[in-house]
Amino acid sequence: MEKEITVTINGTAHTVKVEPRLLLVHLIRENLNMTGTHIGCDTSNCGACTVLMDGKAVKSCTILAVQANGKSITTVEGLATAEGLHPIQEGFKENHALHCGFCTPGMMLRAVELLKHNPNPTEEEIRWGISGNLCRCTGYNNIVKAIQYAGAKMRGDKLPSTEPQFV
Amino acid sequence: MIQCKTSKEIGGMGHSLKRKEDARFIQGKGHYVDDIKLDGMLYMDIVRSPYAYAKIKKINIEKALKVPGVAAVVTGRDLEKYKLHWMPTLMGDTQMVLPTDTVMYQSQEVAAVIATSRYAAADGVDAVEVEYEVMKPVTDPFKALEKDAPVLRTDKPGKKDNHIWHWEVGDKAKTEALFKKAEVVVKENIYLPRIHVASIETCGCVADYDKVNNHLTMYMTTQAPHAIRTVIALVAGHVGLTEEKIRVISPDIGGGFGGKVPVYPGYVIAIAVSFLVGKPVKWIEDRSENLQADSFARDYHITAELAGTKSGKIQGVRFKVVADHGYSDSQAAPTKFPAGLFSIGTGSYDYDTAFMEADAVYTNKPPGGVAYRCSFRVTEAVHAIERITDKFAMEVKMDPAQLRMNNFIKKEQFPWKSPTGWTYDSGDYHAALKKAMDAVGYDALRKEQAERRKKGELMGIGISSFTEIVGAGPSKDFDILGIKMFDSAEIRVHPTGKAIARFGTKSQGQGHETTYAQIIAEELGIPAENIAVEEGDTDTAPYGLGTYASRSTPTAGAAAAVAARKLRDKARKIAAYLLEVSEADLEWEPGKFFVKGAPQKSKTIQEIVFAAYTNHPQGMEAGFEATHYYDPPNLTFPFGSYICVVDIDKETYEIKVRRFVAIDDCGNIINPMIVQGQVHGGLTQGIAPAMYEEFIYDEDGNILNGTFMDYLVPTAVESPHWETGHTITPSPHHPIGAKGVGESPTVGAPPAIANAIVDALTPLGITHLDIPITPYKIWKALKEKGVVKPVA
Repeated sequence: MEKEITVTINGTAHTVKVEPRLLLVHLIRENLNMTGTHIGCDTSNCGACTVLMDGKAVKSCTILAVQANGKSITTVEGLATAEGLHPIQEGFKENHALHCGFCTPGMMLRAVELLKHNPNPTEEEIRWGISGNLCRCTGYNNIVKAIQYAGAKMRGDKLPSTEPQFV
Repeated sequence: MIQCKTSKEIGGMGHSLKRKEDARFIQGKGHYVDDIKLDGMLYMDIVRSPYAYAKIKKINIEKALKVPGVAAVVTGRDLEKYKLHWMPTLMGDTQMVLPTDTVMYQSQEVAAVIATSRYAAADGVDAVEVEYEVMKPVTDPFKALEKDAPVLRTDKPGKKDNHIWHWEVGDKAKTEALFKKAEVVVKENIYLPRIHVASIETCGCVADYDKVNNHLTMYMTTQAPHAIRTVIALVAGHVGLTEEKIRVISPDIGGGFGGKVPVYPGYVIAIAVSFLVGKPVKWIEDRSENLQADSFARDYHITAELAGTKSGKIQGVRFKVVADHGYSDSQAAPTKFPAGLFSIGTGSYDYDTAFMEADAVYTNKPPGGVAYRCSFRVTEAVHAIERITDKFAMEVKMDPAQLRMNNFIKKEQFPWKSPTGWTYDSGDYHAALKKAMDAVGYDALRKEQAERRKKGELMGIGISSFTEIVGAGPSKDFDILGIKMFDSAEIRVHPTGKAIARFGTKSQGQGHETTYAQIIAEELGIPAENIAVEEGDTDTAPYGLGTYASRSTPTAGAAAAVAARKLRDKARKIAAYLLEVSEADLEWEPGKFFVKGAPQKSKTIQEIVFAAYTNHPQGMEAGFEATHYYDPPNLTFPFGSYICVVDIDKETYEIKVRRFVAIDDCGNIINPMIVQGQVHGGLTQGIAPAMYEEFIYDEDGNILNGTFMDYLVPTAVESPHWETGHTITPSPHHPIGAKGVGESPTVGAPPAIANAIVDALTPLGITHLDIPITPYKIWKALKEKGVVKPVA
């Protein structure tokens, strides 16, 4: 019954035998022991399991591992490089865009794809853009700020203030 | 403006220090319970009841045992042999671990399948065959209280009804007398529906029993690891698992909000199985299981009444509650407070009589309820008082802001003794509401509203001026299972002047690794970045009651300051010795002691700590460590004023939150960035029940929205752009003047939103709507009033 597949994760090719019903998120977490990708629901609503598949943000609980055969996956573990953090990671840290950290990997990966297609999104575009990812802790204000910060950094623009603003 | 006493390098209180814990979370290196993988680990999955009330006639496990990978199926009968089929709840009730005869709610645990993989366990669950004899459930708490209602808890000998307890507080006779003669009395039935914390991480555990050493390591999603260790010892002590043989580790937690305080049956089954087979057993809930079976929150039916004068003076309040606890009172409140701190329902207003009573009821619904981002029923109390206050304002035709200003307890009246027995420590309610009104532009908004109303447009402005009660709590009143609700801090400073501090609390995202370090930095002058903070391991951390009900800063935060001050006293002695002066000749500034009048003669805290290990005065104990168990003298009373502005579409009744301004006063602020983050998140958890979230059960006890597909957790689109600010009224009794903030926004936001929506609909004759207020609910209410005409 098992199928042999080759999936490239964060630049490393993994050839593994899997049950056809194995979910991509379980391949990543259980078989390959990369636990940065999380599971928050069983109905494809929360987005905690979001990864990039050939550059496109997908919910890895909704993709079978066999469907990822021959594809290239980026998980949170693949965001930083030898040069340092990815701008989205820096944006999240500098703007207090995470509390418990559980939704954070999926949220950041969705944001990376969003910024690829729309390098300078408005607040409304960001809110709609991340509406497939649930966060229960932050109230989203600072996630919006973090994505704007990352966008500015990736465009080479002046970075917005990361100080909290009060009325 | 927040004043900082320490430099940015030291990073004490008031600095918006970036969080220390973030480095691991943004790089996928958080360590949550489902990330744990141990050699030989088995996986557990749970068979759940499709019925709300049924007798179990037969459980056939034969087919399940033949599923490849399935190792065992555990039923209530198996646990019964070890007297583990029932467990006590924190409130002195009992709850099934696995049933032997009857299931009491839909999705209740019926059996557990143990297998070599997650998938095999799920296959096994599908193969377990259960024969039920379905009975008619009781889902309505009012029907459950009727004389002829079937008695649900037949396991309790002699139990003749579904009543759990009665609670009351205040002066009944005086309040009745007032209500008889009062010029104005307003009354409303207010329901706070059953909701769920819905942290993005569900609950789970890895129970790892080591047969050789007779030792259990329990990795679990718990907000209170130390108390849980004691509970496990109480439940399982009779099979040899005594407390010294139990280590509870609470790793990173993906959100708690009160939902990770209770002991769920899954934890106990996992421990029992690991104990029997001698292998680690992992149990991780699915989201649907989490929503359908874990402790709910709220579910309070409140009849609220307010009495006062025609000129708008509030004179007294009366609340009557029916509390639906499901089939077991398994809430996690302090022992002496079955209705939690509902008695804070007198709110922010100055009057001298109140009476509140509550009756708890069994129904065929999941047991609970938890204090969801709430200091035990405070959310319910605040919603009731803030809604009924608005109704009173409407009745006496006074602007709700003006009415509040006229009735607030004045700054100079603190400490203020409430008619239900609390001593409010401090407050300046007028200042907070004024700041919120200025920030939102209240007067201009009221003018705009008047203009819009002329055009038939629906615009509403809602206020909530809440008083919170947190920091449970003083040991004379507060305990859980008899354990007093102190909390603890232990600080060890290493010879090179860097420290590790451990606490009895447990962060689930609150940022303790940063804020506790800042408290110690403030007191000792050691840079916060040089202070590691650890929580959650009962083998290493000092005993404490955990993190919930906004208690960490009021209790463990205070313990950190007091422990650090013990160390500063020791530092003074060492500095005097090193500088060859008397202690009285020394002055402290953050990071060093210097000689009065000769500031060039000084010793830094790092030099002093090094001396504590290398050159300490003869007769002094070596080392630089301190521990403190802090027993708060009083609770803290954070407060705030929130103003919400809504626009409602007059055709579709779609509600749009245009502005939301939140002014919080949590006393002195440790980290403004983190406080603001807590407020943002709490506000979104406030709009959630106000407009979106509610569990719906049909009359057969089926939950109709038990998944994330239909239980509407707000996304970034539903969540408004929050505008936040603060006033600062330090707590007079807390060592650093802080009060706690996490739950204030969740408590304060729902009535502000509900008041705004009702305000918008006032011209159409609406005076009250229960939350969640949806376009459909508005349409239905207007249809009943004949305002909405049938669509042609």
